[in-house]
Amino acid sequence: MARMTMIQSIRSAMENAMERDDNVVVFGEDVGFFGGVFRCTQGLQEKFGPQRCFDSPINESGIVGAAVGMAAYGLRPCVEIQFADYVYPGYDQIASEASRIRYRSGNDFTVPMVVRMPTGGGIFGGQTHSQSPEALFAHISGIKTVIPSNPYDAKGLLIASIEDDDPVMFLEPKRLYNGPFDGHHNRPVTPWSKHELGDVPEGHFTVPLGKAVVRREGAEVTILAYGTMVYVAEAAAKETGVDAEIIDLRTILPLDMETIEASVAKTGRCVIVHEATKTCGFGAELMAVVMEGCFYHLQAPVIRVTGYDTPYPHAHEWEYFPGPKRVGDALRKVMEAA
Amino acid sequence: MSPDKPKSGDKALSLYVPEPEFRPGDTPDFSDVPIPKAGAASRPEIDVEAGDIRDLAYTIIRVLNRNGEAVGPWAGLLSDDQLKVGLEDMLRVRAFDARMLMAQRQGKTSFYMQALGEEAIACAFQKALRPGDMNFPTYRQQGLLLSTDYPVVDMMNQIYSNAADPLMGRQLPIMYTSKENGFFTVSGNLATQFIQGVGWAMASAIKGDTKIAASWIGDGSTAESDFHSALVFASTYRAPVVLNIVNNQWAISTFQGIARGKAATFASRGLGFGIPALRVDGNDYLAVYAVSKWAVDRARAGHGPTLIEHVTYRVGGHSTSDDPSAYRPKEESSAWPLGDPIERLKNHLIAKGVWSQAQHVQARERIEIEIAEAQKLAEKNGTLHDGPHSTPASMFDDVYKEMPLHLRRQRQEAGV
Repeated sequence: MARMTMIQSIRSAMENAMERDDNVVVFGEDVGFFGGVFRCTQGLQEKFGPQRCFDSPINESGIVGAAVGMAAYGLRPCVEIQFADYVYPGYDQIASEASRIRYRSGNDFTVPMVVRMPTGGGIFGGQTHSQSPEALFAHISGIKTVIPSNPYDAKGLLIASIEDDDPVMFLEPKRLYNGPFDGHHNRPVTPWSKHELGDVPEGHFTVPLGKAVVRREGAEVTILAYGTMVYVAEAAAKETGVDAEIIDLRTILPLDMETIEASVAKTGRCVIVHEATKTCGFGAELMAVVMEGCFYHLQAPVIRVTGYDTPYPHAHEWEYFPGPKRVGDALRKVMEAA
Repeated sequence: MSPDKPKSGDKALSLYVPEPEFRPGDTPDFSDVPIPKAGAASRPEIDVEAGDIRDLAYTIIRVLNRNGEAVGPWAGLLSDDQLKVGLEDMLRVRAFDARMLMAQRQGKTSFYMQALGEEAIACAFQKALRPGDMNFPTYRQQGLLLSTDYPVVDMMNQIYSNAADPLMGRQLPIMYTSKENGFFTVSGNLATQFIQGVGWAMASAIKGDTKIAASWIGDGSTAESDFHSALVFASTYRAPVVLNIVNNQWAISTFQGIARGKAATFASRGLGFGIPALRVDGNDYLAVYAVSKWAVDRARAGHGPTLIEHVTYRVGGHSTSDDPSAYRPKEESSAWPLGDPIERLKNHLIAKGVWSQAQHVQARERIEIEIAEAQKLAEKNGTLHDGPHSTPASMFDDVYKEMPLHLRRQRQEAGV
């Protein structure tokens, strides 16, 4: 075991995967010599050479498109999109190509590829360094979408993603890179070294894709969250005293419907929290899953707490960010309803 | 300064929108299209720098002259037997196309795309590759598969989406796949495969293998940003890839001038990337083979990518959903100066004294019978219209390697 930040654990995952399998290659903008703008690939080029870890042109359709071809060849590319906000030029290669190649070729070709990208706000990144596009991936059949919330999961999930035989979108909440963040932006930052989930094995291990985890057991309300919002939910539960069960989804597609359904059936209430915009956000899907699976268990209307349907505003970051106050208000409301 | 008031003497700007020279009702006349003499283009060494062969991006490399003779430095690479195989490959594509076009008209399938007039390009290119190499084709490179031993019946099964369709009825007709025969799954989206081929070639280089890739794109879709992506990646990493542009003059109803303006050539787009760019007579089997072999050898020797523009003409409609008489003169294809690829190769073999009109008719009839028999076999497995098809339950398979819970539930709901 070692104490790791999420950056270190992500790097460790790629290092382990590259050691175990020569077919794993890493590339993207600034990821080679420099080691990435968030330093997640630091040292990989030095250790594995420039043929296995290299800089790419600033061209996301090229990064993803080339990775599709490499994966079809038999490599396992793990590419970095510098910010999730920049993925859109590569979106066609994800939505129309990578996701469908197994299906459309009748298993003749497959795309074992991982596309890593830092996601979410909280760092004053403005509109173009703060987006949470996970719902745009979850809408696509044939890819998996993973969003870790801590160093341990990040490593285990990333290794599992690299070893997975289908394409995986791996969204890294950048506000969590250096420590858990509960939305209290005026308080000192807690580093991962002071959190139990900063304990990460140095060797190979996996956390299975498609499995949620209950972060906090509770009896009164289920909070569905992922990424940064797991800590916001924890803070809100603590501050309101509501006995909330917090589920960290970890993978949003395939979704662990069984864990969600079991929890909501038990608590009878549900609050859904994400940082992405509200309309057609992944919360809408989660609400539908709860309604379809748990309607007769519900004692109150399900509530979503999300980013607003605006671009991420630079100066108003903390009014936009669904912090513990807004989540706490939702918890009180859902408790008052019945 | 007010932006609203032009200075005296300023001329109002107007937008230039390119137009093709001929529209329905016009008499097409290509006499002003410069067609370089066969044999005139030089043949450089394969390790040449792009800048040293700039002229090859603007000319048209041709081997067969008007008398059916193979002339110049690009001639003499194929034996008579190999040329006869090439001729039969092209006849097979044409016969296959004619049959499948008819099958679509008869309602046996939803859609078809023929390669009429362009047969030489895919057929000759395939012969420059080795087993293990990979094409990333568009939807009009059926000749790549039909020049290998891939079963014709399976291509038809795919077109019919029948019970024996290797793709289980999931793909639009003609979107074949065959890893074994070096044919990457056709997307149907344009240009996406152009960069994928570059990635595949990069993978071969990363692994220290000797395989090369060939990417394919049409004149119209060179306008897509993935064309640029492919050229950037191919030149940056010197990927062992041949980048093929099939310039058949028409992108559905849009003439090639819309994709490139009326300046330069498609091939010349490679020069800014330092990629050697060659423009070849796509209706000249010998020229296509020679240029393709040059580029394939260059890639395999580690000298990096080549951009080839195959100049041809799309004689048929874009697809069975298209009516070209609405946007171009009916006579345009016969006025097109590069002729018919099958006629030209046939005339060459006859001029050499190794083929005759009678042999040609005999070969064509034999191939037409082979295709007709394959069609009968395929139709025993069903057609799109009448079935049988794969089981409906199979539509949930292969979305992922292992079916996740939500799909298992949906399959259950579907009751299939």
